[in-house]
Amino acid sequence: MKNRRKTVQKIWFLLLRLAALLNGAALLLIVYFILSRGFTAISWEFLTKAPENSMTEGGILPCIAGTIGLCLVTIMAALPIGIASAIYLNEYSGKGKIVRIIRLGINNLAGVPSIVFGLFGLAFFCIVLDMGVSLAAGGLTLAIMTLPVIIGASEEALKTVPDTYREASLAMGATQWQTIRKIVLPAAFPGILTGSILGISRAAGETAPIMYTGAVFFTPNLPDSIFDEVMALPYHIYVLATAGTNIEATRHLQYGTALVLIVLVFGMNLTAIILRSKMRKKLRI
Amino acid sequence: MGHNIKMHTKGLDFFYGDFQALENISIEFIENRVTALIGPSGCGKSTYLRCLNRMNDLIPGIRVNGLAMLEQEDIYESSVDVVSLRRRVGMVFQKPNPFPKTIFENIAYGLRVNGLKDKAKITTIVEKSLKQAAIWDEVKERLNESALGLSGGQQQRLCIARALAVDPEVLLMDEPASALDPIATQKIEELISFLSSQLTIIIVTHNMQQAARVSDKTAFFYMGKLIEMNDTDTLFTRPELKQTEDYITGRFG
Amino acid sequence: MKRQSIDKGVHSLFLAIALFSIIFLSLIMLFLFKEGIPIFDFITVKDFLFGQYWYPTDDPADFGIFPLILGSIYVTIVSGLIAIPLGVMTAVYLAEIATPRVAEIVKPIVELMASMPSVIIGFFGMVVVAPFLQQVFNIPVGLNMFNASLMLAFMAIPTICSLCEDAIFSVPTALKEASFALGATHLETIVKVVIPASLSGICTAVILGLSRAIGETMVVLMAAGGAAMIPMSIFDPVRPLPASIAAEMAEAPFRSEHYHALFAIGIVLFVFTFLFNILADYISYRFRQTGEASL
Ligand SMILES: Nc1ncnc2c1ncn2[C@@H]1O[C@H](COP(=O)(O)OP(=O)(O)OP(=O)(O)O)[C@@H](O)[C@H]1O
Ligand SMILES: [Mg+2]
Repeated sequence: MKNRRKTVQKIWFLLLRLAALLNGAALLLIVYFILSRGFTAISWEFLTKAPENSMTEGGILPCIAGTIGLCLVTIMAALPIGIASAIYLNEYSGKGKIVRIIRLGINNLAGVPSIVFGLFGLAFFCIVLDMGVSLAAGGLTLAIMTLPVIIGASEEALKTVPDTYREASLAMGATQWQTIRKIVLPAAFPGILTGSILGISRAAGETAPIMYTGAVFFTPNLPDSIFDEVMALPYHIYVLATAGTNIEATRHLQYGTALVLIVLVFGMNLTAIILRSKMRKKLRI
Repeated sequence: MGHNIKMHTKGLDFFYGDFQALENISIEFIENRVTALIGPSGCGKSTYLRCLNRMNDLIPGIRVNGLAMLEQEDIYESSVDVVSLRRRVGMVFQKPNPFPKTIFENIAYGLRVNGLKDKAKITTIVEKSLKQAAIWDEVKERLNESALGLSGGQQQRLCIARALAVDPEVLLMDEPASALDPIATQKIEELISFLSSQLTIIIVTHNMQQAARVSDKTAFFYMGKLIEMNDTDTLFTRPELKQTEDYITGRFG
Repeated sequence: MKRQSIDKGVHSLFLAIALFSIIFLSLIMLFLFKEGIPIFDFITVKDFLFGQYWYPTDDPADFGIFPLILGSIYVTIVSGLIAIPLGVMTAVYLAEIATPRVAEIVKPIVELMASMPSVIIGFFGMVVVAPFLQQVFNIPVGLNMFNASLMLAFMAIPTICSLCEDAIFSVPTALKEASFALGATHLETIVKVVIPASLSGICTAVILGLSRAIGETMVVLMAAGGAAMIPMSIFDPVRPLPASIAAEMAEAPFRSEHYHALFAIGIVLFVFTFLFNILADYISYRFRQTGEASL
């Protein structure tokens, strides 16, 4: 009897372990394929030249620049709005109706499919606000998509700041804003930073929201202004893989671009993860 | 005479939502004297203390009735500026809570937020406050090190210094020594006696001996009500009520 | 009084900014409806939702999105069949069995899975999984429902797993100890105490994971095969809702019927995920974990 229970437990635990292993294996497999096949495509030229010969040769510099540009616009729009919203929710608001509504908005915004953001960006930024297909329109669309992530992360970080700090500051005759600016925000900063990096990394890898708002098939020029259209890494992969002039012959370019995108996104993520675990260690001491 | 009333409450009721935590509390606090609040856990001492600098305002759903006066001013009047009230009525908390900043910056913080920019002046006041709180000698070499590196007792004295820096008229202390060892506690007690000549102190404590040692007046709370208040000596030697006697002799609570 | 008035101003400013989220959400709905509703001048809602044929560029065009809806539902179900057990099991493993050191390695892996750009997963489905399926199952096309579902599962697992783990982790230790003290094995404790206590959290996690799958675009655009037909087998190509929008927006003339139809698909998609979210919200609120009381 006792042995049977033990055996059943052993089998189940093995299955659970296998499930976890399977996830790791799947991730590894994808990364391995991209890495091993993309590696040969990477060269100095690949990183510093524009695509040539109907995008069957050359490099991906405009895509790298475009993706970075989109991220910058996203950061500039989403970070202030996201952090300020989190501050309002965590520091100022009570439990009123407005807060319930705001939270409902954030939760549902987080669930909106990425292509719907794309549709909205097209109808609103590109057409109504007359931005056209541009860095600004694409970046703002991504910013709205990223907003819930940044708000969530910032709120989490603000929550880890002990209330005793706030009370001590207020008890000394500091206003609430002084308390937030000088005590709460500095203490929450590392958490906000890591959360924001995670949010931005997600924006960097998104395709659907920028397909019709910011990214184009091909433009050899680097953007001069935020109203220029750009190329972007994720969209470039999609284009080469599905609609290129010669899909089979440009496989190495596709793998190469995918590799650059993965390195960019994972690089940001790993930075955030490492930052965070350092922070946690520091908190424990 | 010198028995000015610095602060007083009259018929003060306090509610957390529907729960009444304080009922009809009337106390007068004499200027430059130490008043101790004692009573069993949960009787509303902290709540009362936090009414006096409106720290409870931070909690949603609270309600206050009755009068709470700082000198001639009703502190719950809508025209009252909570921020300057809190500067005048300082607070020291149960657990030492220095900011994660340097020792110097911890003290300077209150000055800066209150609009003082003059560096030399700030330095002078920092030194003065640390001396007042009897911790200057221990920290003068390490003013630019993190305050979190101090011992618990030192941290608490730093917090007292921090509260003193903005020159409050009243100092509220909520069990300031309960997280400390006996030696650190003794230092805090000495400090309280020393400070009592300069400002009005209201201290919550669970420790009868401590109340007896440091305070001039003692108020005994029970279940949200003020049961008895008197000169500390009288209250501890000849309590009027049986309830008070039971508590201070340790028969319940 | 100056800094006090600044304080008041800052408060109002932050409130105004915090309203942005709800404003954006409203704008999204507004524009979806504004650009989507006009299609119903040409076709009834019923014919749109239940029409069997999606030939938007024919003359006369057919705008029946039933095959697309079915495509979306099918890939979501199949990916759920893969992702739910894997995600929940991994979460149980992480929260209950893994040593802290192992968990410290596995958790970042799950996070990296979550951060993998969808276009890369779709690309992987195209160039690696498709030929593999073609060979192994001896089928004409590797880009099909099964392929897309596999790839979607990869995207849904991290969502399900990390939310589940939070739920499982927050089961009070006292509950577990009580079960151990009665002589239950670890597995029995997990099955009879931990999982029931965190069931609402697990359900929420599953719903949000599936909601992510149904709204995902690039994977279904690249790996599902793109045929707007009602699938008969798991190896048939399908064309889920997001794929249609993404694939056809480029060729739909501005404010044409086709353009409006694509926005109307956006409405349908939005409503789907909106309902999922409301449901998740409701479950997590209604069956909130309240410690011992939830058993
Ligand atoms: N934020 C709050 N919300 C609701 N009720 C509260 C809150 N804070 C305190 N109470 C209740 O008010 C009553 C008085 O609490 P208070 O903290 O003032 O007691 P105390 O005398 O300071 O106790 P202790 O000696 O343990 O510190 C208690 O019954 C407590 O449960
Ligand atoms: Mg207390």
